[in-house]
Amino acid sequence: MTHWILPLETVTPADLNRVGGKAYALHRLAQAGFTVPTTYCVTTDAYAEFVSHAGLRERILMELHRKDFKDMRWEEIWDASLRIRNLFLTIPLPSPLADSLRTAFETHFPETAVVVRSSAPGEDASDASFAGLHESYVNIRGADAVVDRIRSVWASLWSDRALLYRQELGLDVEKSAMAVVVQEIIAGDRSGVSFSKNPNNQFEGVVESVYGLNEGLVSGTVTPDRWRFDRSSRRLTEHTPAEREYAVVPTDSGIERRPLPEGLAARPPLTPPEAEAVFALALRSESYFQAPQDVEWTLRDDRLYVLQSRPITTVSTDAPDDTRRWYLSLHRSFENLKALRSRIEQTHLPGMAAEAQALAQRKLEGLPDAQLADEIQHRVETNDKWVKVYWTEFIPFAHGIRLFGQVYNDTMRPENPYEFMDLLGATPMASLERNRLLEELASMIRADPRLREILQKQDPEQADDLFRHRLARFIEKFGDLSCPVTGGTQCLQGTDALIKILLELASHPPAGIDHPGAGTADRLKIAFFERFGQQAKREQAEQLLDLARASYRLRDDDNIHLGRIEAQLIAAVEEARRRIRSRLPQLSGRLDPAEAVLSLKNPAHVPSMPGAQQAEEKPRKTPSRIQARQIVGQPAGPGISKGPARVIRTTEDLFEFKHGEVLVCDAVDPNMTYVVPLASGVVERRGGMLIHGAIIAREYGLPCVTGVPDATQRIHTGDALTVDGYLGIVTIG
Amino acid sequence: MNDRKNTQQEIGWLLDGQKLAVLSTRTPEGHPYVSLVAFASAADLKCILFVTPATTRKYANLRADPRVALLIDSRSNQDADIHHAMAVTALGSAQIVEKDQDRGFLDRYLAKHPHLEEFAKAPTSAWIRVHIHRYVHVKNFQSVMELRMQ
Repeated sequence: MTHWILPLETVTPADLNRVGGKAYALHRLAQAGFTVPTTYCVTTDAYAEFVSHAGLRERILMELHRKDFKDMRWEEIWDASLRIRNLFLTIPLPSPLADSLRTAFETHFPETAVVVRSSAPGEDASDASFAGLHESYVNIRGADAVVDRIRSVWASLWSDRALLYRQELGLDVEKSAMAVVVQEIIAGDRSGVSFSKNPNNQFEGVVESVYGLNEGLVSGTVTPDRWRFDRSSRRLTEHTPAEREYAVVPTDSGIERRPLPEGLAARPPLTPPEAEAVFALALRSESYFQAPQDVEWTLRDDRLYVLQSRPITTVSTDAPDDTRRWYLSLHRSFENLKALRSRIEQTHLPGMAAEAQALAQRKLEGLPDAQLADEIQHRVETNDKWVKVYWTEFIPFAHGIRLFGQVYNDTMRPENPYEFMDLLGATPMASLERNRLLEELASMIRADPRLREILQKQDPEQADDLFRHRLARFIEKFGDLSCPVTGGTQCLQGTDALIKILLELASHPPAGIDHPGAGTADRLKIAFFERFGQQAKREQAEQLLDLARASYRLRDDDNIHLGRIEAQLIAAVEEARRRIRSRLPQLSGRLDPAEAVLSLKNPAHVPSMPGAQQAEEKPRKTPSRIQARQIVGQPAGPGISKGPARVIRTTEDLFEFKHGEVLVCDAVDPNMTYVVPLASGVVERRGGMLIHGAIIAREYGLPCVTGVPDATQRIHTGDALTVDGYLGIVTIG
Repeated sequence: MNDRKNTQQEIGWLLDGQKLAVLSTRTPEGHPYVSLVAFASAADLKCILFVTPATTRKYANLRADPRVALLIDSRSNQDADIHHAMAVTALGSAQIVEKDQDRGFLDRYLAKHPHLEEFAKAPTSAWIRVHIHRYVHVKNFQSVMELRMQ
C-alpha cells in the first residue's frame, strides 16, 4: 500500500487534509464502534500525482485564466469545466499510479461492487458545505471501472457548480485538491437520512427513509417517509407516510429506479422501533462529534450501517435574486427536462404561435385611440408573459444540450470535447429556414438584372408577381427584419432594409451551409449508441439524444417565436406613433409603450420621445492612445478569417452589413442572424459554445470567438480583424 | 472603460517591480541582437534608462541605429508563468545622454540600483535614455493591449 491509498483503519488525525472530511469522519465513526462499510481512501497525493503529470495542473489554470474569472459568464464557466473534465477523462494516468490503484482494488474488492465518492478537503466543514456538489458513483464493478470513476470524481472538483461555490466562499482555486473514498456497496433494503437536529426546529430531530438505496432519496427521485422526534425525550412525535412508488436498486452495472412491489408500497420502510434506532444513531453521532449531525444510513439484513455523517449546515439565506442560485437551478435531471420539453412543445410553442396569429389579425388602423391604448396595454402584458416563460422554461431547457454533452464525453472520451455538437448539428432550425428563403429571393435577383435595377431604385412594386409573392410570403413568416433585436424598441419601417440585404446577398455567390453534415452526425451517432450494449440503456441514450436535439433546435427557435409576439407589440406602438406624429409632427424619436398609452388616452399629453440613437459612430479622427491588439475570448467555431469589422450597435448597423465583414456584437439574437451568410466571421461579447452566434456560425462553417470582453467598445466598424476560431483570439489591425 | 488607465497602471507596476530588461538592437549587418540590461523607468513611462560600458556590442549597435525594443516581464521560470506572468514590449529610440547635462538620470537610476553606483559612474560607462513610442502589454497568456506614448 502506498501513500496514494489508505485503508480507513490506518488514517490518523494528520491525514485529515489528505483524505478529506468525509473519509476522516467515517474513520472516527469506525473507531467509535459504529458499523461502517469497508472503505479505502484515495488521498489528495494521488490527485496531485495525476495533475502534476502531463502539465494538467497548468492546463486547468490556463483554462480558468483566459480572462478574469469575474468576467466569465456562467456559460463560459460551463464550457471551461467541460474542457477540463475532458482532460481528466482522456489524459492517461502515470503508470505507477494507475498500477498502484488497480492492484489495490483488485486485491481489496475482487468480487464486490463499490461506491466511489468525493471527499474534498474542507468539503464537510459546517461553514462550507459542498453537500451533493461533487459526484458519486454507485455500484461500480472492476478495478478499471473504479479508476475511471475516480477520474470523474477528480474532475468534479472543476465542475461549473464547484467553481462557483469555491469562488463564492473565497477559496483559492489554485490550491484545490480532491480525495476520494472507495467503499464496498451495502445493498441495503431500507435506507435514509437522519438529522439529529432539525435545521428548521431546534427541539426536533428527523428521520427519513425509503426502500432500496439511499440515492433515490438524496437525488430526490424517491419520496421518503418522515418521522419527527422530540429531542429532549427522544420520543417519536409524528410519522408522515409518503406515496411509496419506487425504489432505487443496484443493477448489473449502476443503479436504477424501479416500481415498488405492492406489498412493500403499502408498508412504511421502518417500524417505529426501527425509526427510533436510527434517530438514536444520529444522536450518538452528534454526541461523538459534539455538533448536530446529518447522517446517511442503510439497513441490510437488520444491521444498521452509517454511510456518512457530517455537521448540519444552516439553511441558506441567499437573497432570492441571487443569480448564482438561479444558474444552479438550471442543472436539470433528464426526467425534469423531459417534462419541460413536453410543456414547451405541447403548450408553449403552440400557445405563442396562436397568440401571435390572433394579434396579427386584429386591425389596428380603424381602432379609436382609447381602444388602441388598451390594445397596446394588452400586447405589453402578452409580451411580458412570454418573456417570463422564456426565462423560466426555455432557457433551463438548454441544459439538455449540456446533459447530453457530458454523457457523450463520459462515454466516448473524444479528443475534441465539442464533438457532440457535430452530432447535434444538422438539426433543422427556424433561422436556417429563414436564411434559406432569403437566399431563394437573392438568387432570383442574381439571375435577373432587370429585377436588380428595379430594386435598386427602391421600387419593389414594379417587380414581377413571383418575386413579390415570395417576398410577401417571407414577410408573413419572418417579418420584414426591421425589428430584429428581441427586447429592442427600434424599428425601421417598410421593406427597404430587407431589400438592401437581399441586394447585398445577390451581389455575391451564395454562402454554403457547412456543418459537418448528416454523414458525420450519423457516424458519430452509430459509434455512440454502440457503446450501450443492453437494449434498455441504448433506448435511454436514444431518448437523451432526441432530447438534446430538441434542446439545440429550441435554443435558436425560441427567440424567433418570441420575436413574432414582440413584432405585434411594436406594430401597435408604431400605429400610436403615427397618430401622435400627425398631431405633433415635431416629435420624431422613439416611443415607449407606456408613453404611447398615456398619449392615446389623453390627447393633451406630450409624450417624451428620445431622439433616435446615432446609427453610426463617428469615424475616429485621431487614433486613440490605447488600442487592444489581441483580445482573448473562447473558441466557439473553428477556422480563421480576416475582414473589416462591422460592429452592431443599432438595428441600422445590421442593414449596412457588407459581404466579407466580421459580425461584431454584444449578443447575437437569432433574429439578427440573417446577415451571417454575408459574414466572414463572428465575434460576440457573450460567451459560450451554445449561444446563438456560435450555433449559427458553426452551421455556416465560420470562425467564431465568443466571450470577448467589451467587444463592441474595443472594436470599431472598419477595423481590420483576424478571427482565430481555433485559439479563441481576435486580433485588431 | 478604463483600458487606458488599467494598462498604464499595470505597465507601471511591472516596470517598477522588475530589475532587468531584455534589450534588442540591430547589428551593422542588420541582424537582431539581444542583451540583458539593468533598467529604471520614468514615473510617466515616457522613457526607460540603462547604463552600458561604451565598449559593448549593444552600445555600438544603438549608436548606429537608435531604434530599439525592450522586453520586461514577470516570469518566475515556473509552469504557472503561462497564465500568471505579464510582459511588456517597449519600442523606442535610444539617446546617449550627456552626463553633465542630465543630473536626474543618475538619481533615478541609482534609486533603483544603488549597488551599481561605481558601474554607472565609471568614465567608460554610457548612459542611455530610451524614449518610448509604444508599449505592448501582454497578460493572461494572449491578451494584448497597445499603449501609444507619442
